[in-house]
Amino acid sequence: MSAVLDVKDLQVSFHTRNGVVRAVDKVSLKVEAGQTVGIVGESGSGKSVTCYSLLGLIPSPPGKIEGGSAMFGGMDLLKLPEKELQKVRGSRISMIFQDPMTSLNPFLKIGTQLVEPLRLHKGMDKAAAWKQGIEALKEVGIPEAATRMDQYPHEFSGGMRQRVMIAMALITRPELLIADEPTTALDVTIQQQVLDLIKDLQKRLGIAVVFITHDLAVVHEVCDVVNVMYAGRLVESAPAAELFAHPRHAYTRALMRSIPALQKKGEPLYTIPGLPPDLSHLPAGCSFRPRQTPDRQLLCLRDQRPPLVEVSPGHWAQACPGCVEGGILS
Amino acid sequence: MSTVLPAADSLTTPSPLPVPARAGRSLWQDAWARLRKNHLAVVCGVVLIAIVLICFIGPFLTGWNPETTNLALKASPPGTAETLTDGSVRTHLLGTDTLGRDLLTRIMRGGQVSLMVGMVATGVALLIGVAYGAAAGYLGGRTDAVMMRAVDVLYALPFMIFVILLTTMFGKSMLLMYIAIGAVEWLTMSRIVRAQVQGLARQEFVDAARSLGLSTAVILRRHIIPNVLGPVIVYATLTVPAVMLLEAALSFLGLGVQPPDSSWGTLIDDGATNMETSVWLLAWPAAFFSVTLFCLNFVGDGLRDALDVRSGKD
Amino acid sequence: MLRFTLNRLAQSIAVVFLVFTITFFMIRLTDGDPFASPKAMPPDVRKVLVERYGLDKPLPVQYFTTMGSYLKGDLLPSMSYQGMWNTKIIKDAFPISLIIGVAALGVALALGLPAGIIAAVKKNTWLDFGPMSLALIGICLPTFVMGPLLIMLFGLKWRLLNVAGWFEKTDWILPAVTMGLIYGAYIARMTRGGMLEVLNQDYIRTARAKGVPGWKVVMGHALRGGLLPVVAFLGPALAGITTGSFIIEKIFNLPGLGQHFVSSVFNRDYSLILALVVLYAAVLVVVNFLTDILIAWLNPKVRLS
Repeated sequence: MSAVLDVKDLQVSFHTRNGVVRAVDKVSLKVEAGQTVGIVGESGSGKSVTCYSLLGLIPSPPGKIEGGSAMFGGMDLLKLPEKELQKVRGSRISMIFQDPMTSLNPFLKIGTQLVEPLRLHKGMDKAAAWKQGIEALKEVGIPEAATRMDQYPHEFSGGMRQRVMIAMALITRPELLIADEPTTALDVTIQQQVLDLIKDLQKRLGIAVVFITHDLAVVHEVCDVVNVMYAGRLVESAPAAELFAHPRHAYTRALMRSIPALQKKGEPLYTIPGLPPDLSHLPAGCSFRPRQTPDRQLLCLRDQRPPLVEVSPGHWAQACPGCVEGGILS
Repeated sequence: MSTVLPAADSLTTPSPLPVPARAGRSLWQDAWARLRKNHLAVVCGVVLIAIVLICFIGPFLTGWNPETTNLALKASPPGTAETLTDGSVRTHLLGTDTLGRDLLTRIMRGGQVSLMVGMVATGVALLIGVAYGAAAGYLGGRTDAVMMRAVDVLYALPFMIFVILLTTMFGKSMLLMYIAIGAVEWLTMSRIVRAQVQGLARQEFVDAARSLGLSTAVILRRHIIPNVLGPVIVYATLTVPAVMLLEAALSFLGLGVQPPDSSWGTLIDDGATNMETSVWLLAWPAAFFSVTLFCLNFVGDGLRDALDVRSGKD
Repeated sequence: MLRFTLNRLAQSIAVVFLVFTITFFMIRLTDGDPFASPKAMPPDVRKVLVERYGLDKPLPVQYFTTMGSYLKGDLLPSMSYQGMWNTKIIKDAFPISLIIGVAALGVALALGLPAGIIAAVKKNTWLDFGPMSLALIGICLPTFVMGPLLIMLFGLKWRLLNVAGWFEKTDWILPAVTMGLIYGAYIARMTRGGMLEVLNQDYIRTARAKGVPGWKVVMGHALRGGLLPVVAFLGPALAGITTGSFIIEKIFNLPGLGQHFVSSVFNRDYSLILALVVLYAAVLVVVNFLTDILIAWLNPKVRLS
């Protein structure tokens, strides 16, 4: 299998008044064709910034890509001039966002927004694009698609808007879809429908998906490969089944313990003590050290950043003696 | 067979663990700290204080009487010296007007009037606007709807015209003129206060206070008023220049302050008539006036940012 | 939409009626009357005049007869300009005020909109700081300072334009530019604020993620929302420009409505004051009405509710 997207050592920082925030610190990940790759982490862990920086969507300044590469179809996205990147965005790589209530332009008709990628990238005339727009709405399960095209976002419910976003992202049949917490802002009942829709379309169209979320239950359901991010760094990466069966890094295990569904009834829900570190004042060494139990903290690396090592075939974890359980193959 | 992904880390210097959050500071201390960081607003504030001091203390220092005419020194340029009856020589720093009166002293005296109008009329607007807005917001429901509809209708009226009509009615008394201007400037204030009160009245901490059995008066004093204060202060600061502009416009038209009294508006009017021959008569009053407006606007903007007040529109 | 329009229409009529009533009674409270001119008038002449204008009748009667003729479209004769009809005075003066007002608004929009949009897009660069500093100065320079300044430069120094009066085809330029500069400054600041707010919205990010080129994001996706505050400001701005014409007309000595209004107030010309105030109210009401419709056209949420 060939990689659709191959990110190596991506480094992004934000230069703010309070210092340099290292939002993404040497993150590498690969997305194979047809695969769904999850990026998991708390808010502020750098999972969204990773994806936005690939498409040149981080506000700059203050954001700055400091290094790394992101190979996509033979080009390095990070080195592409804005003009060329525009041709990739919405055509070969599409995105859907967290909040469908604010992600659609309230002043433009649904149809106008929906067919914009076709008009821009495929050079279609208005009538043909409109026709295909109706088909796209039908594809994502919106009834009375033809009338819906003429309506405005505020006439749609949250779930319906996210369907529109998905239709808009897929209307050009991209090779890669980046979904940034696409279900977080939706009602629980709608969440499942939207997840099913994404899974279904992915299978039918054979596209690769990068799925950003903080919800491990969602990851479990849709992802083939999972990357766990903490404080701007990748702490663990493995095929989903392997990760859930043998979580190696302390942070991954802590995350799993705090899923309500996996908890025994009657027991208080586990929460990770402490807060994620301030990214402009990262502790040297293992970034998870401040949240470890005192005896484990003693084992954590203090002066050197723990390297990512392959702990078992295809399973990578940050090799900090205090955080990795089950030993390190070496 | 360990494969280490390239992750050489240059961050080897031990950095301190996260700094604990700043010790609790009150909203006002926070706002004050933010305001002080806004250098432009601070400079403008200092300039404003200087202008106020110059206007109210200055006339005692220049030694001139703003009413004393000297027809021998009509419209003389800045720096002209005059020999007094006792033989001593004193200069007119900014020159004299067409009747030979000292311009600087007249600007100071005019500034007193303009600044007073600004403050008194803003006070009137504040009083009416806060009372009206708070009542509408707190009573809510149908009363609120009717009261705010009335404000909408009043907004659509041509103000300047009513101020002109009011001032011609009450023209003889300066105080009544202040009130007339204040009486038409309260609308925006009432909208802001109402929006704030209404938003707050629905908030949970007010419900909590109510469920604890606090009386309406206590809720108002302890919870509502402190929260409304920020926007009110900001808007009051921005109303002062608006009012001063209105007064100056009226005086410029000859409908405001009447001679022998003067305000910056009447001085600019005089200056504009004589600008071909004596440009300083226009330049100095206009400079004082514009700098004051500029500073008031900047201090208002700075306060708005510092107190984090959103615009008055809801 | 129809309901909305009818509602606004009813409100507009109510406002004009209210203005008529308030003004009618308010001007009667002022001291002096139309015939208390400096030179004492012989009592019998005065009596004839008072009777001719019906000022001897009880106030309510006067109110209703005046309203009756207004409803018929008759604005009655002026009391200070003997033998002149108010309609004729307005017909002569209104075009001057209108030309200057519309031209001023045009200048303001032509300057303010591009400056505000560019400043917002190029935030924190010299394309932002430069125009915005100028705008601040513009806001703090009242018309009665800006006007004389422009007169000194263009009229007296370079002798390009007439200093005052309404004689040549170019005489609208200086008054319109004076007011246009000041309102342009307001519009620039407002546009910048509105655009900045919109450019931070999630849907702008969506548009960029679709690969929409930068300038097209601004014009196609951001402009509509960003201009809403400016459109809402147009009503008050035109109100300010029409009433601001009092000052402009004095500075440039133009025979417009403002000059007539100020002199009618001085002369206590009850009938001309009333006619002019009602005209101003009507103009404002129409402008506000059009503004509301423009907002509804721009904002689908308003349009459909």
